[in-house]
Amino acid sequence: MRPPDALDFYRGMLQIRNTEGQLVRAYRNGEIMGACHTYNGQEAVAVGVCANLSPKDVVFSTHRGHGHALAKGVSADAVAAEMFGRATGTSNGRGGSMHLFAPEVGMMGTTGIVGPNILQATGAAYAFQLLEKEEVAVAFFGDGAVNNGAFHEGLNLATIWELPVIFVCENNLYATEIAFSYSAGNPEVANRADAYGLPGEAIDGNDVMKVWETAGQMIERARKGGGPSLLECKTYRTRAHAEGMPDVGYRSQEEVASWEQRDPIARHRAYLLAHGVATPKGLEELEAASLQAAIDAMEFARTSPWPDPATATKNVFAET
Amino acid sequence: MSESAPTLTFTEAARAGLAEEMERDPSIFVVGEGIGPRGGNFNTTLGLFERFGPRRVRDTPIAERGFIGMCTGAAMVGARPVVDFMFLDFILDAFGELINQIAKIQYMSSGRIAMPMVLRGCIGIGGSAATHHSGNYYPFFAHQPGFRVVVPSTPHDAKGLLKTAIRSDDPVLFLEHRLLMATKGPVPTEEYLEPIGKAKVRTTGNDATVVTVGAMVQRTLDAVSPLSEDGLSIEVVDLVSISPLDIPTILESVSKTGRLLIVDEDYEPCGIGAEICARIVKEGFDFLDAPIARLNSAQAPIPYSPVLEKAIAPSKEDIASAVLDLLAQ
Repeated sequence: MRPPDALDFYRGMLQIRNTEGQLVRAYRNGEIMGACHTYNGQEAVAVGVCANLSPKDVVFSTHRGHGHALAKGVSADAVAAEMFGRATGTSNGRGGSMHLFAPEVGMMGTTGIVGPNILQATGAAYAFQLLEKEEVAVAFFGDGAVNNGAFHEGLNLATIWELPVIFVCENNLYATEIAFSYSAGNPEVANRADAYGLPGEAIDGNDVMKVWETAGQMIERARKGGGPSLLECKTYRTRAHAEGMPDVGYRSQEEVASWEQRDPIARHRAYLLAHGVATPKGLEELEAASLQAAIDAMEFARTSPWPDPATATKNVFAET
Repeated sequence: MSESAPTLTFTEAARAGLAEEMERDPSIFVVGEGIGPRGGNFNTTLGLFERFGPRRVRDTPIAERGFIGMCTGAAMVGARPVVDFMFLDFILDAFGELINQIAKIQYMSSGRIAMPMVLRGCIGIGGSAATHHSGNYYPFFAHQPGFRVVVPSTPHDAKGLLKTAIRSDDPVLFLEHRLLMATKGPVPTEEYLEPIGKAKVRTTGNDATVVTVGAMVQRTLDAVSPLSEDGLSIEVVDLVSISPLDIPTILESVSKTGRLLIVDEDYEPCGIGAEICARIVKEGFDFLDAPIARLNSAQAPIPYSPVLEKAIAPSKEDIASAVLDLLAQ
């Protein structure tokens, strides 16, 4: 494992938080026309896991995937431009928030369907094993996905063939607005690994150092041929399921407030200061630069050209 | 085709094509139930497990959604999966993977991720297989942007098309009718590829055109052959490819005959006959001397009893009768 770059983790989480903040503004003023599911509160998971990956390693993300894209190395400019529907977006504006693809950095897609990415990550791992590559695949998914058949089939296939894939469940307690405690007979995710015969571990998903460390061990094991693992990161999204939706009636304000107290970015800031990794002044400069970069990304998107309507039917097939 | 081309069955020819491609490209692998040491329910992979090993000829659990979704991811990072699904009915459990993922990822990634996947296996009515082992379903896939769909009717085409399908960066459904698997025909020894999207005129004629596909090709040839004794000359066009459809070849035939019958073992409503009809009316209306006719299976699940099964699918007699009706128009 590479040594941790704790300051880099802070920078990464802050980039996600600031970018989401600006995307929310853009959504409110109508510049983002479609879905926008923010990652606020869960940043430690994407950053902690992806810090262990090279650009050749691949991740398969969810509908709540801006954080995964940014943590995997997709530029905020390209993410924002995609959500603004512009030609400079990751998919030239044809995908939006739930279809962010950047294979050149191993970002194999956000998605509008819950579950299939678990299978796709398993398949990428199959290809890596077949072609005798050192790469690993990661599937990010929420608690909502673990009651879907794709979870069952994917974990089983990965286990029987010892594939280099890490299944990262971001258990944020709610699938849209349905509580996991309601929809699951077994309230834990990590121990489901026992049923399939792979290692599973539950950790505090709001502790970026812990996520980095645990995911790193799982990734290293997979890289060495040790097979798949299931990592349950207990976390919480602090905004509504999607922008434009009310965030009431299914969870209490007290619950939201209690999780805001465990905010992964504030916690990591305190860690950096306590361990002398950074000074308050250094962090303030970093924070100002991060905010400005997010603002600049929106301006990049805003001033980018619209896609040529003549391209609307391109790429349905490979040669077109 | 060389004079000395050996005779192979449809299945043997397709298997030879698969083996040639696997020899050529180590990124090709096959998954399916019982396709490993057993060699496949239809002998599609007989001997290949021993030759290419367990990673490239991989037995799967009965988890169609799982292994098709898995192959999606493998294709996304550069492997070339061949899904040997046994019966097309079985992969309906993976319909979401097929339509939402496999067919759309190339487009949604703006062409930066290819989807080189072949899905091959059995379709069709016959042998009292009943409704969970008899489906055709190909219009579903032809309707959706992103799929190539081929239904070869000869051993020659089976080999050449499977090789092309494997080399394609698009997802291709390669559908093998149960009644064709043991049929024999000449297959060249030297390497060849057959193009996807090209129909073939199986017999020429001037009085009417019958467009058909799969197992219905030979049945149609058998049905129209005796009509020549009455001085009738019928042109039979084998579609070979459902998506894309080769409309120019059909148009050319209809421009000569003025009459068109579409014989398809799949159902009539919203089927390939409807699509062909609309295209020919639009692009070849002036050629037509009679309304376009269709002959399909009755719209019911496929029954078990041979008596009932026979009542569903078009017979040789049904086809001959439909041709005569068209000529009487």
